[in-house]
Amino acid sequence: MEWEAVIGLEIHAQLSTNSKIFSGASTAFGAEPNTQACAVDLALPGTLPVFNEEALRSAVKFGLAIDAEIGRKSVFDRKNYFYPDLPKGYQTSQLFYPIVGVGHVDITMDDGTTKRVGVTRAHLEEDAGKSLHDEFPGMTGIDLNRAGTPLLEIVSEPDIRSAKEAVAYVRKIHAIVTSLGICDGNMAEGSFRCDCNVSIRPKGQEEFGTRTETKNINSFRFIERAIEGEIERQIDLLEDGGRVVQETRLYDANKNETRSMRSKEEANDYRYFPCPDLLPIIIDDDYIDVIRNDLPELPDARKARFMDDYGLSDYDAMVLSGERNLAQYFETVAKASDDAKLAANWVMGELSKMLNQNDTEIVNSPVSADQLGGMLVRIKDDTISGKIAKQVFEVMWHEGGTADQIIEAKGLKQVTDTGAIEGIVDEVIAKADKQVEQYKAAEPEKRGKMLGFFMGQVMKATGGKANPGAVNGILKKKLDALCD
Amino acid sequence: MALDRSDVEKIAHLARLQIDEQEIPQYTENLSSILDLVNQMQAVDTSDIEPMANSHDAVQRLRADEVTEQNNREKLQSIAPAAEAGLFQVPKVIE
Amino acid sequence: MFDKTLAELASGLENGDFSSVELTQTYLDRIKAEDSKYNSYITVTEEHALAQAKAADEARAAGNASAFTGLPIAQKDIFCTDGVKTSCASKMLDNFVAPYNATVVDKFNAAGAVMLGKTNMDEFAMGSSNESSFYGPSRNPWDTDRVPGGSSGGSAAAVAARLAPAATGTDTGGSIRQPAALCGITGLKPTYGRVSRFGMIAFASSLDQGGPMTRTAEDAAMMLNVMAGFDHRDSTSMQVEVPDYTADLNQPLKGLTIGLPKEYFPQDLSPAIAMQVQNAVKEFEAMGATVKEVSLPNTALAIPAYYIVAPAEASSNLSRFDGVRYGYRCESPVDLEDLYKRSRGEGFGPEVQRRIMVGTYALSEGFYDAYYKKAQQIRRLIKQDFVNALNECDVIMGPTTPHPAFKLGEKTSDPVAMYMEDIFTIALNLAGLPGMSIPCGQTEGLPVGLQIIGDYFAEQKLLNVAHQFQLATDWHKQTPDGI
Repeated sequence: MEWEAVIGLEIHAQLSTNSKIFSGASTAFGAEPNTQACAVDLALPGTLPVFNEEALRSAVKFGLAIDAEIGRKSVFDRKNYFYPDLPKGYQTSQLFYPIVGVGHVDITMDDGTTKRVGVTRAHLEEDAGKSLHDEFPGMTGIDLNRAGTPLLEIVSEPDIRSAKEAVAYVRKIHAIVTSLGICDGNMAEGSFRCDCNVSIRPKGQEEFGTRTETKNINSFRFIERAIEGEIERQIDLLEDGGRVVQETRLYDANKNETRSMRSKEEANDYRYFPCPDLLPIIIDDDYIDVIRNDLPELPDARKARFMDDYGLSDYDAMVLSGERNLAQYFETVAKASDDAKLAANWVMGELSKMLNQNDTEIVNSPVSADQLGGMLVRIKDDTISGKIAKQVFEVMWHEGGTADQIIEAKGLKQVTDTGAIEGIVDEVIAKADKQVEQYKAAEPEKRGKMLGFFMGQVMKATGGKANPGAVNGILKKKLDALCD
Repeated sequence: MALDRSDVEKIAHLARLQIDEQEIPQYTENLSSILDLVNQMQAVDTSDIEPMANSHDAVQRLRADEVTEQNNREKLQSIAPAAEAGLFQVPKVIE
Repeated sequence: MFDKTLAELASGLENGDFSSVELTQTYLDRIKAEDSKYNSYITVTEEHALAQAKAADEARAAGNASAFTGLPIAQKDIFCTDGVKTSCASKMLDNFVAPYNATVVDKFNAAGAVMLGKTNMDEFAMGSSNESSFYGPSRNPWDTDRVPGGSSGGSAAAVAARLAPAATGTDTGGSIRQPAALCGITGLKPTYGRVSRFGMIAFASSLDQGGPMTRTAEDAAMMLNVMAGFDHRDSTSMQVEVPDYTADLNQPLKGLTIGLPKEYFPQDLSPAIAMQVQNAVKEFEAMGATVKEVSLPNTALAIPAYYIVAPAEASSNLSRFDGVRYGYRCESPVDLEDLYKRSRGEGFGPEVQRRIMVGTYALSEGFYDAYYKKAQQIRRLIKQDFVNALNECDVIMGPTTPHPAFKLGEKTSDPVAMYMEDIFTIALNLAGLPGMSIPCGQTEGLPVGLQIIGDYFAEQKLLNVAHQFQLATDWHKQTPDGI
């Protein structure tokens, strides 16, 4: 039987506010446990929430970016359940009146096809704290620094049909929230997390199958793997005559599989009701217009501009426009070097490779856009070759410094002085009688290929610093002279 | 409206309350009589009426996004039943 | 000295008749000697009080005294007080030393007041008799076999027994007005949003309101001057200007229209209470007020709606008491569920558990529309009743309670009978309106309360009406035997 997957995603984006959604405690990541959990965050008796205006503005920005209805009236509800990292015994969320209503995003697949994915809603809520299970024997430790950090929960329609589409959708939402500057998008720190609802059905069937929810997946790669694995697991189950159980599952990146989170899943009854400590949020057209007029450039518009202004290919433009920090980095390099294609190659090539290898975000890149741009200028003016540039870049990454400083200090300046190169070429030819004979014996049209050996020898002798174009010309001239 | 023992047990579990076995009949009776009282509401047709969550129908005020709270962990944890290394402690949670 | 009103004590301090330290010591001595009869205090903060009194005297000597400097008061043990046990009369918080001050407490501190201690109450303010207190019931100074009312019963008993010249209370369904009536004192529940709820331990967030409990309306005005005002830490606090509540006390009442709702004088109302209230109304007529009948047709729905809204909100508000970050934790929990269930099962008393369960049930899946939403719709009907009635009159009057103080233990076995005691007070909380109770007579040696209800933010009018009555009568000057 041919199966079809039906996938819906819930993305939790932490909003980059200074303070928490309902208290004046800091949201900075990485502080000592419970040093950023104030009386309100700890739910001390008598404490009350007051809503952070920046969280509201961020949510409205997102709504406008996905062309959604903005809730003129939105209401905070309490979702009641007991868990040690939930200090009040309820999570303040929005069930009945979310701030962002129905919207959509367009995704582009690797083969160039596009698809529209519906967004059902996006609502504001507070994050929970963290449970640390390995700190003490027999005890769980609770850190409430994260409790009360504002989250935007973005719920998609079940429009997604494959793991690849899911990743494209998540990347698109990631690109939007980072471009808007409302979320830092840092998946490793948990600022951007994804729950995947997956079910399968025989292709052609209208009705949905039973779905599972895989929680808190924190990288694009894991999303793809977790969904693929879950689809396979469900197909195997059904084809073996079993049935899918509606449950919450956890993705184990080490084993690359999902597993059931609770053996006895108890039916939740969250007893939602409007939070009586908070009042309805009412916003008008003026409020929305001010935000609309101030929206930064969004990924789709930026991609089009990159293609128009810089002549980038569709693919390069998509990759470089996706994330705001990456786009900014690229543009700075392109301007500094005055060569967008060279800039695109380096940003997507060497720089991305190093960032990946070192698990570093672009904002923390040890090589700044200006440094890289400065180096590309030296490639363009023939001070260094592309190959030497890689060496310069290595040094820049590890030790810092401008391209000029590194070229100077390491003596990497390209030799373009024809006289000097001619001398070296003469030496190489003098030491390679055998290869010279072979060259002479070869058909003239095959001689070009044979230049490689001599080229290598010259480069070796100059430590790679000789200008390859110049070497090529001189070699050819001198060898061809021997053949006459 | 009469509740039975299993209703009371279910509610007590949802509310995370440990109730003594011998108290359940008393709670069942009390809760049933309270529900009889509140069910008098059902006699009124309220279908066209907007629910009133706040007496003034007031709207939410917004707070500037400023950090106003400093680390006060020592004082706030001095009243905790169990805390160590800056963490509140609970019996091991198995996920 | 202890028989003086706040206003009299203020002028005594100002005239140098006595110091705040002397005054405070007098009350502390009285509490030590007398409170075993009334159990009105949970905590007496002697050292703290004397330090505040000394500071107040120094401020006065330096010429920095204001209206409230050096005046002693008691705080209901529902207001968080930094460094002082704040128990809400619950085993759950028996070990809870609040690490911060409620806004109301901050305001009294800023005004130079002296806190004598924290008063007894029904556990988490859930009750009408003070019998649900973990520390045992407070007793009515008029008859110590009887309840002082609740939930602010300790505050009412302390003021009635002259163990504090004034105290704070909170009122979710009558918890200031009913004990004021039963103990023969003056109590004011302000408009919802008038007094900050920050640091006031929540029972039902959309109904709770703090207010003064005093001997006289003038004293209540002095207290409200300190307590009222916008608080940026409370989203439900209203940005409405705070007048000087003492300014209009002496306005004549000629031309005042009093509405008497027929629903507040039902067939089964105690005839003695009905008569005392009628007599009070006649007193107002003698001052030039006119009386007309008004109607609050949805009065009977107030108790059912209240017993959904209040328990539903309470069930959620009290989820934070889980034995994790503060408060009671059971011995040696075997796992997380055991920690929750035993800490809460052992830490909360039966009435609190009952209400948590009612609220949990009302909010549980499938019941929301039939219960919580329905009750919120009925709230609007009730509010509309009052808006209509107040279009026809300036203030509404009626009895505060259907009966005078009842005997300890009389209603404990029947929660619904206990709830019916709040029949005249509860609707106001649902509507968010201000209301007062002042003594207007006695029956069989027990005080009777007159309830005065006004429009939103019309506290000044209520205080004016009550003050004029107290100038003309001396029910508020009656003192229980033995005091």
